Amino acid sequence: MKISRFLVNAGMIFMLLLMVVGSVFGESVGTGSFNKDKGIEISFGVPVDKNWADNTANYSVYEKPDPDIRIPVDSVLLDPRRINATLQFKDALNTSAEYVVEAKDVSSEGKILGSRQFEVKKGQAQVLLSILLGAMLINNFVFTKYLGLCIFFGVSQKKETAIGMGITFTMVMVLSAIMCWALFTYVLQALHLDFLKIIVFIGTVAIFVQAVDTILRKVNPYLFRKLGVYLVLIVTNCIILAVPLINADSGNGPFASLTLGLGAGIGFAIALFLMSCVREKLEVSRVPPTFQGLPIAFIVTGLFALAFLGFSGLSIF
Amino acid sequence: MAVTTSIKNGLLLGLAVVFVQVFSSCTVAIFKSFIHPRIRIPAYVIIIALWVTVIDMILPVISPEVYKQVALFVKLIVVFAIIISRLELFASKQPLTPSFFDGLGMGLGFTFGLCLTGAIREFFGAGQLFGYDVLGFKPLLIMILPAGGFFVIGFIMATFNWLEYKITGKIPTSGGAH
Repeated sequence: MKISRFLVNAGMIFMLLLMVVGSVFGESVGTGSFNKDKGIEISFGVPVDKNWADNTANYSVYEKPDPDIRIPVDSVLLDPRRINATLQFKDALNTSAEYVVEAKDVSSEGKILGSRQFEVKKGQAQVLLSILLGAMLINNFVFTKYLGLCIFFGVSQKKETAIGMGITFTMVMVLSAIMCWALFTYVLQALHLDFLKIIVFIGTVAIFVQAVDTILRKVNPYLFRKLGVYLVLIVTNCIILAVPLINADSGNGPFASLTLGLGAGIGFAIALFLMSCVREKLEVSRVPPTFQGLPIAFIVTGLFALAFLGFSGLSIF
Repeated sequence: MAVTTSIKNGLLLGLAVVFVQVFSSCTVAIFKSFIHPRIRIPAYVIIIALWVTVIDMILPVISPEVYKQVALFVKLIVVFAIIISRLELFASKQPLTPSFFDGLGMGLGFTFGLCLTGAIREFFGAGQLFGYDVLGFKPLLIMILPAGGFFVIGFIMATFNWLEYKITGKIPTSGGAH
């Protein structure tokens, strides 16, 4: 399985790249950053007066698109050097949105320095990484949304086929996600034909898969022999239609769409591989006759879903 | 099998499936002489997608808050294997009236399955039926969680296998599931 090793390496390099980009862009614009999801850290640059800083009325916080909706600050924590302050909020903030903090009449050593504004947002790479992890592990499409079960139960009999299917599916998923995004943004939304998205997406996916099949057959017969059988099956997978629909409904940009596609593909591949490992063992174990076949497969999947529930607390940023 | 955490969800999704199945069966039955056999599958998919789009616009009007939970899955009726297989096996060969009743029967059977799963999950997971408190406590929280759905479906299938075994005396081979 040379291809799979190559893809694992490529995946690792991609993750590494994401992390490097994340550390560069992770510095928020301006001087504000999120502290967990209930706090915002800002830095004044000069020591400020504690009395002024502790008064929550001096701060006004709002989401960038709606300046009229102010978010009340619960308390303010000033660090001992009196330069950095952490604003605490009662309710969790939406860390994928952009916030603006306005500090009124900043007072330092008795002097009033005027108002300061801070922009607070998460870096693009952080958002993408959380989408990737979300689609891959936390909200795995198979285990938490019951999507793609047809293929999931059909192809998970053997490890070999599971790996082949997983790789093919991931590639097609990424490409069709980005294609459907382009079509939705530049054709459907531009012409106000949003309601046609179901018909257009399923047509696009079907045509795309057929095209890949034809091209691969001519260009790379070796790869076609390995992966060709799975291509036809992919059209019947719900995930391949669900991802473009989710992208369209939540208004994801090109990179977010691509990342969701990648996450969904990898998540499906992981699920398929895990399941195939168990099913190879199930072949030789004694299952009660009424549970043979699909019932026991469903129960095993339930156990996996239970295990994947453990990822729900996972958050890196 | 998607979002059957309660009877209401199951019922609404089942209703959508009945609608799509009946109308696409009828459409195929009427227009079957115009559809060239070689392009029949794409034609069926387009017909199903058309009716799914229609029901996707109707449902939010009927029941906005339940629709919010099943929105994605209503759209995904397009790829339900059960619908296209009925079109291929039945509606493309039979006239309009039998196709209508075949679609209705298949849809109602599917709705029954969804409601049964929904009822079991709602009863054990939330202690409720149809949104009304029955037990007053939650016996098995896991049933509401995604994992519970897999267990319930597995056990329902095993029960049906067992019933068939008792009646016919032989172990049935499991069919496909969505």
